[in-house]
Formats: sequence, structure tokens, C-alpha cells
Amino acid sequence: MDYLDHLEAEAIYILREVAGQFEKPALLFSGGKDSITLVHLAEKAFRPGKFPFPLVHIDTGHNFPETIEFRDELVARLGEELIVGYVQESIDTGKVVEQKGKNASRNPLQTVTLLDTIAKHGFDACIGGARRDEEKARAKERIFSVRDEFGQWDPKRQRPELWNIYNGRIHKGENVRVFPISNWTELDVWNYIRRENIKLPSIYFSHERDVITRNGQLMAATEFLNLDHEDVIEYRKVRFRTVGDMTCTAAVPSEAYHIDDIIEEIRLSKISERGARMDDKVSEAAMEDRKKGGYF
Amino acid sequence: MDLLKFITAGSVDDGKSTLIGRLLYDTNSVLDDQLEAIQRANRKNNDGTLDLAILTDGLKAEREQGITIDVAYKYFQTEKRKFIIADAPGHIQYTRNMVTGASNSDLAIILIDARKGVVEQTRRHSFIVSLLGIPNVLVCVNKMDMVDYDQAVFDKIKTDYERLAQSLRIKQIDYIPVSALKGDNIVTTSINIPWYQGRPLLDFLETVQIDHASDNKQARFPVQWVIRPQTQALHDYRGYAGRVVGGTFEVGDRVVALPSGFSSIVSRIELANNDLNTAPEGASVVIHLADDIDISRGDMLVKQDEQPAVSQRFEAEICWMDTRPLDLNQFYLLQQHGKTAKVKIQDVIYRVNVETLQQSAAAELDLNDIGKIQFKSADPLAFDSYVSNKANGGAILIDLRNNLTVAALMITEPVD
Repeated sequence: MDYLDHLEAEAIYILREVAGQFEKPALLFSGGKDSITLVHLAEKAFRPGKFPFPLVHIDTGHNFPETIEFRDELVARLGEELIVGYVQESIDTGKVVEQKGKNASRNPLQTVTLLDTIAKHGFDACIGGARRDEEKARAKERIFSVRDEFGQWDPKRQRPELWNIYNGRIHKGENVRVFPISNWTELDVWNYIRRENIKLPSIYFSHERDVITRNGQLMAATEFLNLDHEDVIEYRKVRFRTVGDMTCTAAVPSEAYHIDDIIEEIRLSKISERGARMDDKVSEAAMEDRKKGGYF
Repeated sequence: MDLLKFITAGSVDDGKSTLIGRLLYDTNSVLDDQLEAIQRANRKNNDGTLDLAILTDGLKAEREQGITIDVAYKYFQTEKRKFIIADAPGHIQYTRNMVTGASNSDLAIILIDARKGVVEQTRRHSFIVSLLGIPNVLVCVNKMDMVDYDQAVFDKIKTDYERLAQSLRIKQIDYIPVSALKGDNIVTTSINIPWYQGRPLLDFLETVQIDHASDNKQARFPVQWVIRPQTQALHDYRGYAGRVVGGTFEVGDRVVALPSGFSSIVSRIELANNDLNTAPEGASVVIHLADDIDISRGDMLVKQDEQPAVSQRFEAEICWMDTRPLDLNQFYLLQQHGKTAKVKIQDVIYRVNVETLQQSAAAELDLNDIGKIQFKSADPLAFDSYVSNKANGGAILIDLRNNLTVAALMITEPVD
């Protein structure tokens, strides 16, 4: 088998293990290319049957409109259930407080909304599209990653994970985060998207839009960014390499209109995918700290 | 393009993480923003060069202590191959994490510090590599720069390792003298080691042939999930979803469902609405049978003339991975693929002293102990020996009190 066949077969196997081992799993869907790839893999794993889990989107309210439009079309085509957890609701009920200032982002608030959504629906497993090549803390995480009743990851006490045997047994209140594409690289995902002809939101491809430069990164000019007189708006040709919400995802200048261009661009890139994520730049251990707190 | 999965193992401070950092760095797999992060962290070696170990030590606790606690997976590719590295901890306390990394590797790089030679951790790691059935070992004698690139040092270590390997089940062993810190024999041939005629490490990794011994494996298909849409249009649809873990299935094969023993014929194989004629080892597919027989998750389809042992009692090699010792009065949960069954360990047949590789009688097994046991299962299980088919000869034990994975089992044979 070709390596893409191998990665696909492994991911399908993991998705079916989730279906077999858990009573109330969910697939965390962000509208990004990795979770879109997961949905495609779920179709391969379970069709012509229904998915044994709903899609769950943690909505910061600061999304790219293109992503939400794409999400709704995808869900309509699939005929599967979509559950949305709103960060706005967590703010309105006083569970979290909105950050202030120029670099305010709702990204860190998501964790609370995520954990509340998990508790509200009683999810015992959450499938996510994280990959080990993205970030050095993720490089350490098991494919079945157990979270305690506070949603926390304990990197020093991970269960041994042998061969393709995944131990998903947990106590009530705990949950397992499952990462079926752990072993895929960014380039693998793009090659797979090309091979399978998977549709993506338009913002992954080069387009023209208003941007500003903040902390050396190109950010989409939007009301969510608390723009002031120091921000100079430019009309530039850009695309997004990774898609989070508008306050933490930076654009890259790009002429890549087609998937072949994107693959070539990534192959030659000297910057990592998460180099365009403001949320990872907070500190050396930003991702590890967020995971310990219950993040995806 | 094919994929090579390898593990790196060695004693604390043998320079494993540095070796991987060097491989990534010298193959241009480290990107600018990651390099900047290393520079910001400002961790330097004694000679002022960048400490590349920080590329793989992904946890705060690891960076603080300068040790590897858990496996880090790293990905890189060259023109010739794709690689997945499992960077495993060397410290004895984290042996179970090394076992995790070893279980999915095709090749093991064992690092030996040229100044220290073969030490206890070398023996332990080599024994685990052998136990887990990794066919190829590459011994990298590291820190050659600190012994003046002396051939006699390398030859002595090679002789010592060959002696150790005589009592192990490793098919192919190769040796390379390197300095991960200086880059000798990593990507390019070292001018400091003219007496070494072989290939540098990267060249070796790009071209090494792995003997998977998979050619004559028997066909096995553990069922993970039954697809039954029960809609009007697909009223009679019933597909068995799973992954082939040995051999090949073809439409028309006469198969038996285990443990029930009912037989039928493969009428259709599909993947995402595409009909296939065959499903090779490793493929995730949906299989349909000509007859409606009772099959559910945990059952296994096999070819009628290639059946594994079905029994409630087996002997197995075991690696104990929990701080709480093996308790002969306790039920454990055995998991093989998606199949689970309660088991009782009836006997510890022996424990292995990994320093001498001698077997001796033992009443219990503690953290990191390796030995052999006999167990009895509440339900019949279908196992191959681990040596003949890793994917259908391995299992884990789960402690039902805390749900932790406490042991790895490598099945040797059924007991009548």
C-alpha cells in the first residue's frame, strides 16, 4: 500500500474503534482542513450507515464567515447532526470574561465552552484533527488521550499505547480525546485532499482582502481585532494556511490559487504551519499549558 | 513512496535527542520559526553550538531536567523515503514509554556512548526490541569525537554487542560510528573516520530493506463495527467493518467466524462505495458474507483453511508496566484489537534478568519486569503466535480498578 493508503486505513481503523468503544462520542469540527479531512474519513469508515457521532463546533463568534457557510453546507450534504457550543453564551453567563486590549482573543475562552459542551451532552470521547507534526507537545500525545474529570491532560502519566490496541476505558466524568490523523503531516493532509478531491473553504486559496500587520503577522482586518489609528489597512493577495478564529489566525502572502500551487508552496516553505498562529506564540509551552487546561 | 518507522533508544545522555535533532536539521526539516524558538530558548552545548535536543523534548518537565520522559514522534522526508521517528526515553523509570514507541517500529537505532560501551540500558533496550519483534537494529556508536575517533573503541563495542545479540531474536544488525553533536556520519561520510567504509546514517535509513516476514501471514479480519443502515433502500445491507491484520482476503474466499465457527463465503469487499476484489494486509474495508450469521464486534473472520489457535488458555511473554505489581488473585481485562475478555494470570513461568538474560522462577512481576506467564480467559480467544503475526499475537492487560494499561502480552502458544 502507498503511504496515503496506509494513513487512511489507520485513521479509519481508529474512527471505528471510537464507535465500538464509546457510548457517546463526538467529532470536534472547526471548519479547518484537518477536521474536514476527518469528516471525509468518517464517511469512508461508516457509509452507507449514519455517523455514530454528531459533529460538534465550538464557535467563538469570531469566525471567518466563509468557514461557517462551508460548515452549514457540509452538514446539509452529510445529513448528520451538528451541535454548536457558543463562546458568547459562556461570556453572557459570566463563566468567562472577554479579554481586553489590542491583542484580545477568544481563543483561550474556548476551553471553557468546550468542557461545558462535553459535560452538557455527556460526551465520553471527542475526536479531533490534531497532528503530531504541528507542535512539540502534540508530538508527545497518545492517539487515545485520556482527560480527567477537569478535562486536563497529564503528560507525565500517559497510558502505554501498544501496536494498534487503544484502551478507551474511563471512569464516569472523564473523557478521551482521539486523534486519528496523529501521524499525518501537513503535506500528507494536502496530498490526501488533492487525491480525494475534498472541498475546502475558499480562504485556504489565494484571494484579495483587507489586512493589517500586527506583531509581524498579516491579520484579516475585522471589527474583532479592535482596530485603532495605528493600524494601516492594506489590500493584499493572501491565503490562510491554518484556520482558527479571525483573532488568532494570520494570513500568508500567496499566489496559490489551486491545490497544486498550495502543495508546492508548503513544500518550499521555511515557516511551519503553526508559525501563523498567535495562540502558540504566547510562550514556549503555550500548547502544553492549554492542553493541561483541557484544550483540544 | 514508502514509509519507515524507527525508534531511537539509548541510555540517559547518550545523545538520542541530539541525533534526531541533527537528522532533522541536516535534512532541512527544521523550519525558520522553529529554529528561532530554539535560539530564544538559548540552550547551548559546551562548545557554544545550538542544543538540538530541544527539538524533541516537547514537555516543560523534559526541558527543565534535560531528559526525555515520553516518546516524541517526529516526521521528515527525503527524496527517497518518508520517516516517522519515535524518540524514546532512555531512563529505566520510563521503560513503558519506550515499549510504546517500539511496538510500532520496523527498525531500532540503539545508541551507545563510545566512552561507556555496552551498559545495562543497552541490554534492556535491545532485549525489548527483540521481544517486540523489531527485525532490524542499527547500533550507532555515538560521541566518537570524544574518543579521538579511535577504531579500536568502535571494534570493541561491536564485539561486545555481537555477543549480547547472540541471545536475542534480531534478524539484522548493522553498526555505524557517529558523532551526533559534530555531525560525523549522519548525513555525509565523516572525514574524521576514514577507517569506516560503510554508509552514513541517513543513506542507511533511506535504503535499508525491512524484513517484515509478512509474505506468508495467514488472513485475519477482526470485526470492529457492523454497518446496518436499516433504511428502506438498504434494508438488507449488513457489512462488517474492520482492518485486515494479516494475509489477503478475496471475494469468493470461504471464511469462518471465530469463535463461533460458523462458515460462509466473502460475497463483496468495499471501501466507501467502491467494490474491491481483494483486501490486503493493513487495509480498512467492509466485508459482506453470503449468509446471515451472527457476527459482532470482537469476532474475527479467517480463511477456513488457515485457522489460528482458539483457546481459553495461552502462554505469553509479558512486560509489566505498572507501579502496582502483578496480582495473581486479581482479574484483569485483556484487550486484543477490539476484543476484550476477563483473564486471570495462573502462573508466572519465569522472570528474565535483563542484565544477564537469565530466566528464573518468580512469584510476581514488578514495574518494568519482563517474563513469561500463563493465563486463562473467560471467553475463547483467537490468537496467532506473536512471532508469526505481531498484529494478531499481541494484547494488553487493563487493571479494572483504575482502567490503566498495565502489561503488554506477546502470545507464544495455546495451552491444551
